[in-house]
Amino acid sequence: MSTTKKITVGVLAAALGVGTLAACGSGDKDSAAGTGSKTVTLVSHDSFNASKEVLAQFTKETGYTVKVLKSGDAGEAVNKEILTKGSPQGDVFYGIDNTLLSRALDNDLFVPYEAKGLDRIPAELQLDKDKHRVTPIDTGDICVNYDKKYFADKKLAPPQSFDDLAKPAYKDLLVVENPERSSPGLGFLLGTAARYGDEGWQAYWKKLKDNGVKTVDSWEIAYNQEFSGSAGGKKAKGDRPLVVSYASSPPVEVLFSEPQPATAPTGVSTGTCFRQTEFAGLLDGAKNEAGGKALIDFLISKKFQEDMPLNMFVNPAVKDAKLPELFTKHGVVVDKPHTMAPEKIAEKRDQWIKSWSSLVLK
Amino acid sequence: MALLTVTDATVRFGERAALDGVDLEVAEHEIVCVLGPSGSGKSTLLRAVAGLQSLDGGRVLLAGADQRGVPVHRRGVGLMFQDHQLFPQRDVAGNVAFGLRMHHVPKAEQAVRVGELLDLVGLPGAGRRSVAALSGGEQQRVALARALAPRPQLLMLDEPLGQLDRTLRERLVVELRQLFGRLGTTVLAVTHDQGEAFALADRVVVMRDGRVAQSGTPLEVWQRPADEFVARFLGFDNVVAASVSGAAAQTPWGAVPVPAGSPQGPGRLLVRPAGVRLGGPGEGLECTVEARTFRGSHVAVTLRPAADAPPLEAECPLRDAPEEGARVGATFRAEEVVVLGG
Amino acid sequence: MVLARPEVGTRARGTTARGSAARLGLMVLPVAFFAVFFAWPVLSIVGRGLKSGEDWRLGRLGETLSRPEILDVLWFTAWQALASTALTLLIALPGAYVFARFDFPGRTLLRAVVTVPFVLPTVVVGTAFLALVGRGGLLDELWGLRLDTTAWAILLAHVFFNYAVVVRTVGGLWAQLDPRQEEAARVLGASRFEAWRQVTLPALGPAVAAAALMVFLFTFTSFGVVQILGGPAYSTLEAEIYRQTADLLDLPTAAVLTMVQFVAVGAILALHAWTVRRRETALKLVDPARTAHRPHGAGQWALLAAVLGTVALLILLPLGVLVERSFDTSGGYGLGFYRALQGVDDSGGTFLVPPLEAIGNSLQYALVATVIAVVVGGLAAAALTRRAGRLVRGFDALLMLPLGVSAVTVGFGFLITLDEPPLDLRASWILVPLAQALVGVPFVVRTMLPVLRAVDERLREAAAVLGASPLRAWREVDLPLVRRALLIASGFAFAVSLGEFGATVFIARPDRPTLPVAVARLLGRPGELNYGQAMALSTILMVVCAVALLLLERIRTDRTSGEF
Repeated sequence: MSTTKKITVGVLAAALGVGTLAACGSGDKDSAAGTGSKTVTLVSHDSFNASKEVLAQFTKETGYTVKVLKSGDAGEAVNKEILTKGSPQGDVFYGIDNTLLSRALDNDLFVPYEAKGLDRIPAELQLDKDKHRVTPIDTGDICVNYDKKYFADKKLAPPQSFDDLAKPAYKDLLVVENPERSSPGLGFLLGTAARYGDEGWQAYWKKLKDNGVKTVDSWEIAYNQEFSGSAGGKKAKGDRPLVVSYASSPPVEVLFSEPQPATAPTGVSTGTCFRQTEFAGLLDGAKNEAGGKALIDFLISKKFQEDMPLNMFVNPAVKDAKLPELFTKHGVVVDKPHTMAPEKIAEKRDQWIKSWSSLVLK
Repeated sequence: MALLTVTDATVRFGERAALDGVDLEVAEHEIVCVLGPSGSGKSTLLRAVAGLQSLDGGRVLLAGADQRGVPVHRRGVGLMFQDHQLFPQRDVAGNVAFGLRMHHVPKAEQAVRVGELLDLVGLPGAGRRSVAALSGGEQQRVALARALAPRPQLLMLDEPLGQLDRTLRERLVVELRQLFGRLGTTVLAVTHDQGEAFALADRVVVMRDGRVAQSGTPLEVWQRPADEFVARFLGFDNVVAASVSGAAAQTPWGAVPVPAGSPQGPGRLLVRPAGVRLGGPGEGLECTVEARTFRGSHVAVTLRPAADAPPLEAECPLRDAPEEGARVGATFRAEEVVVLGG
Repeated sequence: MVLARPEVGTRARGTTARGSAARLGLMVLPVAFFAVFFAWPVLSIVGRGLKSGEDWRLGRLGETLSRPEILDVLWFTAWQALASTALTLLIALPGAYVFARFDFPGRTLLRAVVTVPFVLPTVVVGTAFLALVGRGGLLDELWGLRLDTTAWAILLAHVFFNYAVVVRTVGGLWAQLDPRQEEAARVLGASRFEAWRQVTLPALGPAVAAAALMVFLFTFTSFGVVQILGGPAYSTLEAEIYRQTADLLDLPTAAVLTMVQFVAVGAILALHAWTVRRRETALKLVDPARTAHRPHGAGQWALLAAVLGTVALLILLPLGVLVERSFDTSGGYGLGFYRALQGVDDSGGTFLVPPLEAIGNSLQYALVATVIAVVVGGLAAAALTRRAGRLVRGFDALLMLPLGVSAVTVGFGFLITLDEPPLDLRASWILVPLAQALVGVPFVVRTMLPVLRAVDERLREAAAVLGASPLRAWREVDLPLVRRALLIASGFAFAVSLGEFGATVFIARPDRPTLPVAVARLLGRPGELNYGQAMALSTILMVVCAVALLLLERIRTDRTSGEF
């Protein structure tokens, strides 16, 4: 920051008495975020959640209090970090996935740190193995979900693969999200690209379009308005029994029903899954580096990893974490998800999105 | 020493000078009335004294102290606004007590003083009334009480009786003069109504185009208007060009006798209507009676001279008033003739 | 004795100089507020986009504006704003008349209710509106007509949003027009329509123009409605700026679009200011209570019925569906979702705090935002009251600009500017009310200014002559007269802050979500309970807004009714 800017800020702040405001604003112990501070700030996306007890455990173990900043959806949160590079909002960023990873690494957002306990994470998840700028925390699968009741009533087998979705039997049944604006939408697009290759995916989408695929802007609309299998969609009289969502959606659907049904009302088409891995990294310019490192260690601790599924509906990255009963009972195991190297995603993403939107939207 | 001294006061609004080098003094206990048509700068003069209008030149001294840089609320003058400007959200007592509150007068004393003042202006017991419910005359009285309450060293009145009807005005003006006399208030008032000014003032100042045209006692001004402007403003229309030589002046109306000691040479000359005496045809200036206007105690007669001369205004007793169309002769009385300056 | 000397002395600096110094003093805070929390962040983010190194790349303007997809966005933005404005006027003008001139039971309540959409967050409105025009909505059930993902849905939702703007701006004036003017025209031989056209319409003209421009401004910058109802095929400038900034981080394009929107909004505001000034021309206004009467004759009853029907269909129905869904649990109608709001779900809920606490947070934020908006807006209005030069009038228009600048621009601007002590506010809770206050200030200024301007300057002078200092005179004279306007302004700022969503979501403070943010988070999760709770929270938000507005109705003064 230049001297002029500093002076300007000082003068303006004095004029406004904002210093006082700011002081009383962060009057709780987190205000002094300097070195040696007892607060460590975690920046994440809106979906971040953790149990109070687990965060309290971290404080007990390390003496640091976690302050969480939710910074918008996944893409937005990353973009904000890129904008504020060098003067980050917090110490650790968590929630960057493989579709955005290279954007962050290219912008040098993170400083290397090799977390304790990294050996418990499968090697195929460690996408920055050499430099350790990011640490894998969780995985999730973006898959087509289906409305069990619809297919039972129609005596039709639910689709299981990308190929199925383009079949006439499933005409006008699928709703997807715009990959420009929605991360499941992007995941699904990448899944098709992984399945059909750089050249083939456009032909596949042409078939999907002819088969009546519907595109909406966000997961919320797709899942809660259009999809006939979700609670919200039922009320909104959604008429699409197939939606792009997560592998974890069925257990969540059960969790938030009252009373909880014996079986989930929705299922997962396991052949349509794209694997998302989320990472955390120590932000360049972090005010509390020591605390940040401790926090990253904690994020892959068994305690946090086992708490994660029911808070964020993702799968633990470490091998020794047990899944909660809800997941084992109502969830599915995706054996062969589609994947794609982050470098390739970085290279092709924007171009694919552009081709996709002229192909599907226009 | 004068209580108020204004020297060379100048106020400009763009190109136009609203006050153009005005000098004025008001002695203690004196009632001075500034008289002038609208736009003559008289209200600006009041505002300048009050500090509501800054001067572009000159000085205002109150009790010898230069008021430059002294804000309005520290000048200790009172100002009664043309349309009263009572505070609509306060009752009568609240309005009257306002200045007392501003001067930190204790509550109990305020109440006493408000009571006194309301008695003084003839509104006893009206303290709780809403100002919106008052008649024009009553509002006037409240505004006066409010202005008097903090005992200003100088009370200024802007068209004090302007919006009231005639009878009320005539009665109030007498009351006001008596009241100010009793209280010993120093007053600077402005009005465009000469009757009001003459009835109220110890001294009258006539203004024109931001300058003082004449100043003197009501009698002086009435008897000897300084110039044609003042004369016409006072309602005298018998003004003609004249050339004075000795005890008479040559005018379009013929020779008119002038008082002894009148300035000699060419100038303007005023004949007050009372100085025009009507006689039979052939006596003096030959005229036709063009119009008669009944004025209560007398009749105003407009005469059209036979010769090519301006019309002439005459005043005659009710009984002697000639009919319209009658032919009369007019002669002039020197004591009602004024040779005007400027 | 008096002498007249035509001499001009040296220029004395008296009270006028002091007055303008005081006015400048009043301006310091609002100007600083806008400089730090609006101009600086916005200019910084725009600068990032248009600068490469130290050089400005203004060539990007032309490049960006010649891209066909950008032209599409510009065309759609202008087109839908124009169509929305026309449709809103068409539907709301009869409503303005009915609310102004007819006396019917529930009028006050209904007038507050039609204002509710205006302060509701777009997430909620979008959801509610889908229930009308979407699948399974009323139109679908009755005629199999679905309008979602069509431009019609956007237009109708814009009517839903802005109905109150027209009813209040035009109806407020209409209620105060002296009916005897029209009667005079009738006596002189004009037919009923002719009298309306010749007398009332010209008098209403500027108010209609002002309302139309406000609606145009709001629809031109529409964001949430377009995203939720329009589907991926439609994008407005505002939505495009969001996309370019938050999703694509294409700052150059975003900067160009921001500038385009800035210019457009500036032009709209200038036009609006002009019509408002024209509206200040003397009209004979009367107490609105005297102009309203019970409808008589079949025609008037039919008009009343038509307007009430429109209101029911377009406004009450979507809101009603929201309420209905908040009670519609899987076990039949009940309070289950409301009960669920009270506690953190044992099995690991969406929040670290119970959703109900979001209400408390919202109220606190809105309260602080209101205080800031009232202080800043009040000072600005006080400074703008005095007859002032072009500079000050320009500032007047400037205060409205936050209404036309994308929340994402301001939010991202905050991120890159307010990052150093003592202004490191990025993680501070104060940023939320500050951002909300930016939107509230224009409302405060709009409400206060006409009232303050109506205070006779000579009343202040009278107070000064009686010994009141300028500050004291303001307190004694202006304050009592504008107290009601101040209350109304506060109420509006409060309601707007309560519903503000755009800027609030950018400002991360997850342990203290506001109501709209909580609704959005709940909607972002699968499961009946989350959806139901979102509906329940929306209903609560709606009720809070309605109550606030209803209270305002009670203290409305006729002086302020013309302004929005």
